[in-house]
Amino acid sequence: MDLGPYLLFASLEGLVHAAVLSLIALGLSLVFGVMRIVNVAHGEFFMLGAILAWWISGFVFGSPAIGFLLALIIAPLIAGVIAMSSDWLILKHLKYDPEATIIATIGILYIIQQAVLMTFGPDARPVEQPFNYRLDLYWFGFSAYKFFVVFSAIILLFSVWLVMAKTKFGLILRATQLDSETAQAFGIPISTVYSLVFGVGAAIAAVAAVLIVPIQQAHYLMGGEPLLLAFIVVIIGGLGSLRGTVAAAVLIGMSDGIISVFFSPNLAKIIATLFVVIVLLIKPNGLFGSEKT
Amino acid sequence: MKRDLFIHLGAIALLFLLEILGIFSDYHQGNFARILVLTVYGIGYNVLFGYTGLLSLGHALFFSAGLYAAGLSIYHLDYNVGQALILAFCFSVLVSLVIGYLALRTVGVSFMIVTLMFSQIAYLCILYFGGITRGDEGIVIQQSSRVFLSLDLSDPTIRYYSALTVFSFCLVFNLWIARSSFGRVLIAIRENSDRALMLGYNVQLYKLLAVIISGTISGIAGASYGILFGYVGASFAAVPYSIFPLLWVLLGGAGTVLGPLIGAIFMFYLIDYASDVTDAYMIIVGIALLLVTLFARRGLLGELRYRFFPWIP
Repeated sequence: MDLGPYLLFASLEGLVHAAVLSLIALGLSLVFGVMRIVNVAHGEFFMLGAILAWWISGFVFGSPAIGFLLALIIAPLIAGVIAMSSDWLILKHLKYDPEATIIATIGILYIIQQAVLMTFGPDARPVEQPFNYRLDLYWFGFSAYKFFVVFSAIILLFSVWLVMAKTKFGLILRATQLDSETAQAFGIPISTVYSLVFGVGAAIAAVAAVLIVPIQQAHYLMGGEPLLLAFIVVIIGGLGSLRGTVAAAVLIGMSDGIISVFFSPNLAKIIATLFVVIVLLIKPNGLFGSEKT
Repeated sequence: MKRDLFIHLGAIALLFLLEILGIFSDYHQGNFARILVLTVYGIGYNVLFGYTGLLSLGHALFFSAGLYAAGLSIYHLDYNVGQALILAFCFSVLVSLVIGYLALRTVGVSFMIVTLMFSQIAYLCILYFGGITRGDEGIVIQQSSRVFLSLDLSDPTIRYYSALTVFSFCLVFNLWIARSSFGRVLIAIRENSDRALMLGYNVQLYKLLAVIISGTISGIAGASYGILFGYVGASFAAVPYSIFPLLWVLLGGAGTVLGPLIGAIFMFYLIDYASDVTDAYMIIVGIALLLVTLFARRGLLGELRYRFFPWIP
């Protein structure tokens, strides 16, 4: 293949990375935006989504598309419920103190990860693609499923924006984000909102996992890498800024995909970090961040 | 105040006595040599977290900076142990200066994220330059290279005394910091950094100094670990090695000099037993983190200080 088509191929791979990363980082940023806490276990909810997708697809006979659709509904639901109950059982009692919650979510990270290891074992689990169709792009064939992943991610991002900007629930979220005490004084049940947001954040990560797992395989240690990339993204984009998060996710996801194709995935992350260093030196609050933390 | 000096020197003397009287079996002697070096790491972590109030999630970076500086210089450049230690010291100072300067441009949760991120990237760098570091497989330092002042550091008894020596120096240094006016400023920053700033202290400079001291002690721990146990591998740079010192310090009591020792002994043996039972022994770490944040925020010594002995440094 010549350089031109090869670059096109790498960019398409980058687009898939960017789509999935935007979803993962969006979940992290949404939780931070509303609750002012960082969920270190976020990557494990992603992993949980992937493992559940594999587990669910094992029960379904016939077309893999049925298992995929079931997983797309059930996996985020389970991940969300686990997240909500950990919020209710643990984070609420820490009064969302930033330091204590970060330590507690590290605890949740290891409990989820090791529980999956105990239950499902250490092997990497493949999941069949819901449909198998290759688009002929003249120089190379490219899986249509990957386009479907990008398309679904865009739809989901758009719906999150729609909910945040146009619905009453979005209004409640934005009110809580701006000033939780005043919001509570106006009768918004803050603790329910917090639980829901924590659950939704985890569910979005799980959706991203269900989408990517037919391409990637499910494994109990797979949560570390997306967490690292999501952290890079939120630092560049500015913690809590949804617009900045998506912009930075597209940038980092594309470059991560392209550099991974041409060189190595590890080098891609090293270069992304150099970019973070530059951002920290120029704008410590991130490119889209506000002045207050 | 003499009683705090008495207790800490007493703890060191006790660790000497245990060895002199031959109370340790070979197994526990080896474990305690490891625990003492790891406690040095915990002491380094405690300077930043316990005294200055800055939560770092990436101290494995500093530990492995010392570990790899010592290990690689011995393995590739035929440095002797003395030269390797000096190099590891200088490299740790440099790394903690650079990382501290960058990470301290952020505050609060961003600081925690940025430290974790830098540490993960250091881990990926170690894997990426596998030609030099041999990545996951790691480097074994030959016994013939592990000789210092004609003492064979791979001998279990000499190794224990070496670990105890490094530990004693760092413990006394930590005690000195806790009692000095410098340490008081760090505690003031932990309690209320705005007020410390208003009182005229250069908070940013003090925080940077705390990162450098903390990172350098962690680096010394890493270098000692590599030299005493003869193995340098990428697993020491991975996330769990950033979480362990946090957990030791939390269990023993953040901002107490002996806290890291108590936490390290407890966790070392707990993980040792758990790993015999299951492969998923890290679940113990997760449960311990949750329990300590939910029910014992002060840790053991912190609780004792709060209830009975307000003079514990």
